[in-house]
Amino acid sequence: MRLELSRAVQGCRLGLLTGLGNTGQHSLEVPGCLLYTCCATVPHLTQDTLHTLRDLPSVTQVSVDMYFAVHHMLMVSYAGLHDTVLFCSLHDSANSIPAGHVTNKTVSVWGSGGRIELTAARFMAIQAAIQPDFYQSMADGETWQAGTSRKRVRKAVDRTLAHLDECLVLHQKTQELKQSEIFGVVEGGDILEERLRSARETAKRPVGGFVLDGFHSAAMDQDVRVQLIKATSAELPQEKPRLVLGVGRPDEVISCVEAGVDLFESFFPFQVTERGCALSFNYNIDPDPETAGTSTPTVLEFNGEMPAVKKLNSNGDENMTPYEMNLKDKRYHDDFRPLVEGCSCYCCKKHMRSYVHHLLVTNELLGGVLLMLHNMAHYLGFFKSLREAITSDRLQDFKNRVLHCREGD
Amino acid sequence: MAAPIPGSTHECEGSMASVKAVSSAAPLALRIVAECPVSKARACTLTLPHCAVSTPVFMPVGTQGTLKGITVDQLEDLDCQICLGNTYHLGMRPGPELIEKADGLHGFMKWNRNLLTDSGGFQMVSLVELSEVTEEGVTFRSPYDGKEILLTPEQSIAIQNSLGSDIMMQLDDVVSSTVKGPRVEEAMHRSVRWLDRCIAANKNPDRQNLFAIIQGGLDAKLRKACLDEMTKRDVPGFAIGGLSGGEEKDDFWKMVTLSTEHLPREKPRYLMGVGYALDLVVCVALGCDMFDCVFPTRTARFGSALVPWGSLQLKQKQYAKDFQPIDPDCQCPTCRRHSRAYLHALFKSDTAAMHHITIHNISYQVISSCVFEHI
Repeated sequence: MRLELSRAVQGCRLGLLTGLGNTGQHSLEVPGCLLYTCCATVPHLTQDTLHTLRDLPSVTQVSVDMYFAVHHMLMVSYAGLHDTVLFCSLHDSANSIPAGHVTNKTVSVWGSGGRIELTAARFMAIQAAIQPDFYQSMADGETWQAGTSRKRVRKAVDRTLAHLDECLVLHQKTQELKQSEIFGVVEGGDILEERLRSARETAKRPVGGFVLDGFHSAAMDQDVRVQLIKATSAELPQEKPRLVLGVGRPDEVISCVEAGVDLFESFFPFQVTERGCALSFNYNIDPDPETAGTSTPTVLEFNGEMPAVKKLNSNGDENMTPYEMNLKDKRYHDDFRPLVEGCSCYCCKKHMRSYVHHLLVTNELLGGVLLMLHNMAHYLGFFKSLREAITSDRLQDFKNRVLHCREGD
Repeated sequence: MAAPIPGSTHECEGSMASVKAVSSAAPLALRIVAECPVSKARACTLTLPHCAVSTPVFMPVGTQGTLKGITVDQLEDLDCQICLGNTYHLGMRPGPELIEKADGLHGFMKWNRNLLTDSGGFQMVSLVELSEVTEEGVTFRSPYDGKEILLTPEQSIAIQNSLGSDIMMQLDDVVSSTVKGPRVEEAMHRSVRWLDRCIAANKNPDRQNLFAIIQGGLDAKLRKACLDEMTKRDVPGFAIGGLSGGEEKDDFWKMVTLSTEHLPREKPRYLMGVGYALDLVVCVALGCDMFDCVFPTRTARFGSALVPWGSLQLKQKQYAKDFQPIDPDCQCPTCRRHSRAYLHALFKSDTAAMHHITIHNISYQVISSCVFEHI
């Protein structure tokens, strides 16, 4: 694995992660996202529907808890993933982890039978079975609750470093992991000194990259996150990739990229799907020949209608973001337009809002399938446009476009 | 919308095949390609407004304008040429006005092949405690909002006209085949009267085919009387109804063969509600051409995969480490790529498991009905 950075613009790193996969022939553009899976499959999708998506990320994400659902290494090849690159995380970011189950020597994951306690040895045995191309080391990330004490944060950093050292020893001894890279995990909660300490210490170890933990959306404010990631990033070697866990909203992605993050998970489109919503924010900064030369588009031109955040939907999910539309809303009952005009996903090329609305109202399975296809396509398009904006020095235009649907922008 | 089929016989090709328009203006043509010398089985090409259908045919049921998690592209790839929509459910949600605005059910769900809609009457049997039948129609109490709805033959046809299906079913007075006594006869006569009302109410006889439904329960006399009456009407096709509701197998087969005996040879026969593979083969031998059942898709959602030797309950522990595909001889996308063990595990965490099994089950049913090849 090699990270080839082509430029750094306003804090954003642009490049290519190469040398991935069995024969090293796969690569992943950075900044970018991994392909989120649940039990080794992209939620709602089979191979046929999945492959209607173009430009799928070459790296698929699985998590340790999945191993306990399917408990066999061959599961990976039967899931149709054998030809892909795998990253293994400890947890599934779409599920919240119950707190209070971390000890000095163990962390816990939840499988179909309940809670499973993992020592570093057991954790590494699982990695040897899954044989991911890269994986995060075992870590204590339980610092996200409000009011976590300094002492607890310090313990999380210490434990995580201890786990890393133990995992590194086992990694060297494990034949099956010869081709795999281990990523160190940076902890530290919302305490700057601890973040710096964790980063510096982790950077001393022979890891292939870094996973930034404890930054997920519920854990801290955007501003705090950005400050801490910037500071952390400065302590990490430039030539090694940085992946942040638990961050998925477009605005949070952008600010993390500006703070020095390279890789993200893609659980966010799945969460949007589960609440019956479709990503609809505009990320296209190419000038429309018809309006070029006129003033910048106003909020009212956003996808041709008012952004969802400005109206109170009776069916609104409290987790709904300004970047999505709630397809369960009655207003879509007879709306024959595609979900997003100009989107080339299967759902938008074939179907209309009215039909998807009907599927959601009648609780039909196809609703989830179509929304997942659209949301993944939209999210991947967002990342692609982000990379193009960085490449062409138009990051500010891009931010204006994506972020302008928020209140006060 | 496809143009009506010309109702002429000059498309005859050779002496083996006979082409006959089934009625002067109906958009349906049945060409009998082969007939079994021993049984009453026949293989036909049924030409409908959207495309040709090879019979015997098994029609998957897409109740609410969707086939349980399968995209229309996947359905096409499975060689499905016709599937079902349910008038009652679609009439409730999203309603006929919207579907008509969306260019019919074809336009709404973007299915370019054939659609068959039922009358909405089957819900009478399945939701029987909610209904009252009078000469006017059936009164339901809607499970969605508790309101009382009266479904008349005219209204059923009006909704089906809005849906724009290639084949529509008459509204019939359905009684379960386990019911005995005068109610069965009353229902049979009423179904004949309702057939006439449906024929009169059909706004699109040039684009939509109205099928009659033979009733009469398990009473040979009543069934024969119904056959005599209904075959006097000039409808493009017939369904055999009032069966598969839990009757004894012997009684079931007798009624099927009695029906096919007295139905015109040159019109298609649709046996409603038969879905178990064994029944399918027998009923083809008895002269039936078209079949439907929610069973394959419904059972898929409970983790049950259909195989020639029965079914596999994939949620059972024994499949957790079984790395064979559902059926090693099956060529469907699910069997080509996935193992029983994978599906077993996936079932616990994601809806995709149901989709995989649904695809297999539909493929299995469609292939089984490729008895066409063997006749």
